[in-house]
Order: sequence, then structure tokens, then C-alpha cells
Amino acid sequence: MRFYEYEAKALFRKHGLPLGAGEVVNSAADARAAFGRLAGPAVLKSQVLSGGRMKAGAVKFADSADEAAAHFDAILPIVVKGESARSILIEEKSPVAQEYFVAITWDGRAKQPVLVFSDMGGIDIEEVAEKHPDHVSKTHFSSILPLTPRIAKEAIGATGVGGSALNRLTPVVFELMKIFLKYDLTLAEINPLARLENGQFIVLDGHIDMEAEARGEHKALLDELGIGDDETRQARPPTEFELAGARVNAVDHRGVAGNVVEFDGNLGLVIGAGGGSLTLFDAVRNHGGKPANYCEIGGNPSVGKAKELTKLILSKPGVEKIAVMMNVVSNTRVDIVARGVVKGCIEAGKDPAETIAIFRIPGAWEDEGFKILEKYGVEYCDRSVSMYDAAGRAVAKMA
Amino acid sequence: MSILISKDTRFIVQGITGREAVNLTRENLDYGSKIVGGVTPGRAGRDVYGVPVYDCVRDVVEAHGQIEGSVVSVPPRFTKDAVFEALENGIRLIVVVTENIPRREVAQMVELANLRGARIIGPNCLGMISPEEAKMGGVGGPAANTRQAYAKGHIGVMSRSGGMTTEIASTLTAAGLGQSTCVSIGGDAIIGTTYAELMPLFEADSETHAIAIYSEPGGRMEAELAEWIQTNNSRLPVVAFMAGRFMDEMQGMRFGHAGTIVEGKEDTTAEKIKRMEAAGISVAERIEEIPALLRKRLEEV
Amino acid sequence: MAGLFIDIKVAAEVAKNPETARKLEEVCPVGIFAAREDGVEIVDDNLDECTLCDLCLAAAPSGSIEIIKLYEA
Repeated sequence: MRFYEYEAKALFRKHGLPLGAGEVVNSAADARAAFGRLAGPAVLKSQVLSGGRMKAGAVKFADSADEAAAHFDAILPIVVKGESARSILIEEKSPVAQEYFVAITWDGRAKQPVLVFSDMGGIDIEEVAEKHPDHVSKTHFSSILPLTPRIAKEAIGATGVGGSALNRLTPVVFELMKIFLKYDLTLAEINPLARLENGQFIVLDGHIDMEAEARGEHKALLDELGIGDDETRQARPPTEFELAGARVNAVDHRGVAGNVVEFDGNLGLVIGAGGGSLTLFDAVRNHGGKPANYCEIGGNPSVGKAKELTKLILSKPGVEKIAVMMNVVSNTRVDIVARGVVKGCIEAGKDPAETIAIFRIPGAWEDEGFKILEKYGVEYCDRSVSMYDAAGRAVAKMA
Repeated sequence: MSILISKDTRFIVQGITGREAVNLTRENLDYGSKIVGGVTPGRAGRDVYGVPVYDCVRDVVEAHGQIEGSVVSVPPRFTKDAVFEALENGIRLIVVVTENIPRREVAQMVELANLRGARIIGPNCLGMISPEEAKMGGVGGPAANTRQAYAKGHIGVMSRSGGMTTEIASTLTAAGLGQSTCVSIGGDAIIGTTYAELMPLFEADSETHAIAIYSEPGGRMEAELAEWIQTNNSRLPVVAFMAGRFMDEMQGMRFGHAGTIVEGKEDTTAEKIKRMEAAGISVAERIEEIPALLRKRLEEV
Repeated sequence: MAGLFIDIKVAAEVAKNPETARKLEEVCPVGIFAAREDGVEIVDDNLDECTLCDLCLAAAPSGSIEIIKLYEA
């Protein structure tokens, strides 16, 4: 879950990291007033979650209050990679002597956090790593031993930085490492971390990603930053349909019937589980089918949950049929899902036999499940029909 | 032979009185696994299908002697502590079933396991099975369904998806290819044991003749496997199925498991397929192609 | 009113026993039985959630509870 730049900076400020003066503004008048409170020239930056705002023209420099107001009006409507600006951040523009890069993330191979540091910040770090490998260091550190500054010092020193810069940078990097672990972040990045011409070190831009699973644990911080529970912060904002899917999943704690993602096709999908859904979604598309949604059921959801998910998908305009498909199930029960989807069709005022294009869930309690499907005349198949072929049968019915 | 688990493996279930744990305890016992005890704090003295319940792992070890394994099925907030408890009481093989554990906690469990010379499978997995010997975890479901899907044989199976572990085994069984051991390794971004880390075990198991894996977008695990195979000049032919090809068009969106998010070019299915093929791994377009590809590769050996 | 898939019938004399009612409420994992002062009440909304675990059959006198699978009729 990504933070906006101004949220990342609020977190940094809370932990004493050095930042320049700045304000979040929501109107040209505010931008003009804020400029007056800053000392000298300013930079205005669109607050979007995606990168590439510089390229999109959503970052501009202002030398006067008038210019700040004009830039506000120019930047606000700019859509960066499909995303509109939430607000504009106006900050003092400081003359920079040198830029550094520092980031901490998880390395799934080493299964440890890795600290990446470079004394060539401000540009694409992968490019630096390729062209100037001696200017990038990667240092893994323990997540159970007490954290001490020496790792930060070693990482910085490994790029050839010494003298007073080393001693000024070490506490900043160390603090970022602590923030990374404390808040269950998956990315804590400062780029650039600048040494100004006046000798000060400050954070110019930062990225924070928090693990979605840890949101509950860090509710106090999220409340403080004003990040609501309904803000998923995915690559694009959630649709109404997706938010409704999340509500279905929250009705009770039994199993999962969620992770609904909206697509613009006509074939509703009630699919699962994690890996099975990916496999089936590919299969439907390979057969030329047009999915109305992606979703995942698993962990043995209640009949009520499977029913509500079915009703939600059937409520989507243009969806006439659903395909109910999973891999061979172990803990999710065939009969429970069968009850849920049949009941969902009936409560939506539809005939299950007409509405369910195919039911392909073999495995636990399948005999009982198949009896239910037979009673309601629903076409089903067992494990002798592959996931791929089952998807093909569903798509064929849409023609 | 098999890897990790056999009919002689003695294990416990932590969180044994929970809804899912009760199920898997019955299913494991029915399949022939040796569950010697269970742990739920405050529930000592009860029993679950004849398995005695204790308040802590230390008490089970005192009563039953050293135990090799544990299946951990407790809510996410308590999982790290449960795993630490197992590790500090000498348990060296831990299957973590629980889902939705933040990476930091998983990394901490794995780091302590490494210090103790122990192995973690999962989290967010269904455990593992050596067909017709024993299983540890919910893999395969009720014993009767498990026997339908899994048969003893010579294919090792590794899967980031619990459900697809059984789908693949079931497809192999129907095609007359039995399995040595099938491991649901877990769907999270950080897991206790990756494909590459299981390979030396399969490599050393004379009963395993080939490997089938389920893979998906996100992470570097497939690249690590490809590298391992090349570096070690593996004797085992590997066939992989790659799911989630549609995700290549949708960077940054999360589908499927927590570990399944395309963050960079290396995470895409296209890139992973390229790397695996370069390492001699055959990549199947569909699950049902796996048996024929395995047979073809086995003939070449 | 029965569910769409499941109906449960409790013999009249057992249904009136508060002790059995309490036991039934406790064992059912999906809340089909509610213990009242004058005996057990079936929670209609939960009938279709029945997992066929048979724990209620074991908690009441033999033969006094009948689980009916309406889809088998």
C-alpha cells in the first residue's frame, strides 16, 4: 500500500528526519499564500502514487507567488499514468550540491531486508547499478538481532563516501532502517537525499509502501495520516463493484470470497483459489472469453458469502452467465460452494441452470455437491475435465 | 523413499482446537500420519480425535519425547510466537498454514529457523504429502479425496499454490504418474523454503525421477530455481506450469497470493518463462500437458 | 421455514428440553440451534450453512434429530 509523497514526509518528520519547509495546498490561492511563507524559490509537485510525474510535466518551479498560483492551475489537471492529482505539494527549492539514494526493501531470496545505497542519487538506480556498480552498495541485515547504526555506516562507506558526509548520512539511513521495520514497510526509499550547498542534508523525495497485511497493526499511524480503510492504494483506485466485493468478503470470517477486480466483459467468474484463479482467468481469455471480473474464493467460505458474491457478480450490467470453477479443492467444500452459487442465482431472480454456464469444482465433498447441481439442472464436470477445457465450455455458451 | 515426511514422522498441531486445525487433524490421522499431540493454550487436558491437547509445546515434548515436526495453524497475530515456541523446543520441521502474516514476521521466523538448523514450509501453504505414507497439513483434504488425487510414484511436485498442488497431482495420477513427495511451498513473498532450496533434497532422493512445479508472477523464485539447476547440473528434468500470464499487462495490481504482484520486468511471466527455458525447464501452457512433457523428458534421460 | 438445501427436525419432547437445547447450541459450528428458556429454536437463516458434521446427532438422544437434505428428494 503506497503512501503519497506528503504522507511519506509526514512519517519522516515524525521520526526526526531532516526535511525542507513545505505545505500541501489545494487551491491556487493557497499556493500563492504558501509561497509567501517559504524563503525564496519553490517547487510544486503533483501528489500522485505513480512515478513519472516529472516527465508528465507535473513538477514545476516557481520564483514568485504569481508563478506558484499559475503552476498550481497548470499541474492540478495533469493526469499521470491514468491518475489525477490528489493535491499539490509546494516546497522550498534548495540549491543542491550532491544527491544520494537510499532504499530498504525485502529480498525474497535472502529472506532479509536489504539496504541499497548510492552516492549517485536522483536518477534511475538500476541504471547506476549497471553503469557504476562501485557506486551502489547492497547490504542485507538481520530482522531479529538488535539494529545498530554500523550497517548503515558500512553500506554508505562501501560506495566510497567518507569524511563528514559519512557521519552526517549514517543517522539518516539508520533511522530509515528503523522506520522500515517498525511499520512493516515493503519499501522505504529516499531519493534524492540531498547535501545542500549550505552543507545541510535533507530529504527531497521519498517513497513508502506498507504491507497490506499489516494495516490493522498500524492503524494509529494510518489514522494520523488520514488514510482511510477504503483506500486500497492499488495501481488504480477501486471501483464501486470492487468495494462491494470487499464488503461481501467482510460479512463473516469464514473463508475468502473476495479480491474482486472488475473487467469489462460479459462472463461473470466465481473462481478460486489463489493459483486456480490465475490459471482459470488465463484459460477464459485464451478461449476468447471476456471476463466481467476476477475473484478468488478459498479457505471454505460460508454458503452466505458464496451467495452474496454470486449476487454481486450477477448484478453487474451485461452479465448474463457465470462460470463457477476451481482447482481440485482440499479445504473448500464443493457442496458448500454449490449451495452458495445456486442460492445466489435464485435470490437474484435467475434460473441456476440457465445462469451457471459451467460448474467445475472437484474435490472435497464433491458427491454431495454434484447432487445439488443435478437437482437444479446445472451443467457440471469433475476432475476428468481440465480447468482449461471447463473454461472453454463456459466461453462456448456465451456465443 | 520420499523427502521431508514419511509414515514415521511424528508431529504436533499447534492451534489444534481451531476450526481448520480440527479438520486437518482428522484428515491427517485418517491418512496415516502420526500426530502425537496438539497445543492450544488454556485447553490442556482435552483431546481432538484422540490426540491429547497441551498448553505449550514444552509439555508435549516432556510427555512424548522429542518430536520432529509441527503444523502451525493459529491466527496471524500469534503465528510468529508459535513458530518460535516450536523452534526453541527442538522441532526442526515446521509447516505454517496461516495466511496474511506480514513479511517482517515471516523473515524473523525464517532467520531463527536458520540459526536453529530447522526448516519452515510456508506460510500460507497446505503442507506436504508423501503419497501412501503420510501427509502434514491440509493438502488433499479428507483422506478419501486425498487417495483419489495422490498416488505413490516418482514425480516430485512443488507449488506456490496449495490448491494447484492437488490439481497437478490429480492430473499426474490420472495419467499414471505417481508422486514421491508433493510440497505446497506457500504463496507469500517470503517463504521458509523455496523451489531451489527443496531441489537438493529431491536430487538426493533416488525415488524422485522428475519434478513438476506450479509457478506464477511475482518474485525471483523461478529465477533462483533456474540458476540452481544450471549451477548444479541437476539430474532431474523439470516441467513448469506458469499461471497468471494476463498479469503481465497489469503491473502493480495484486491478484492471487500476497507474493503475486508484478513490480518489475523480472517478475513477469514472459521473463520467467524465458529464464526457465534457458535453464532447460520445459514450460507447459496447460496443466494437462504436464504428464506428456514429463514422459518426454524422462525418456531423454 | 426450511432452508433451500437443508431442513432439521427435532423430536418434540427433545426440543422442549433446555439442557439438550444448550448442548445443541454449543456443538453446532454454524449456529443452527438457539437455546431458549422453553427449549431449542431452529435458526432458519443458518440452516443452509449446515456442514453435515453430525455433531448435533451425537449431542441429542439417538434418533431425535433428523437432518434432511432437501436436494435429495
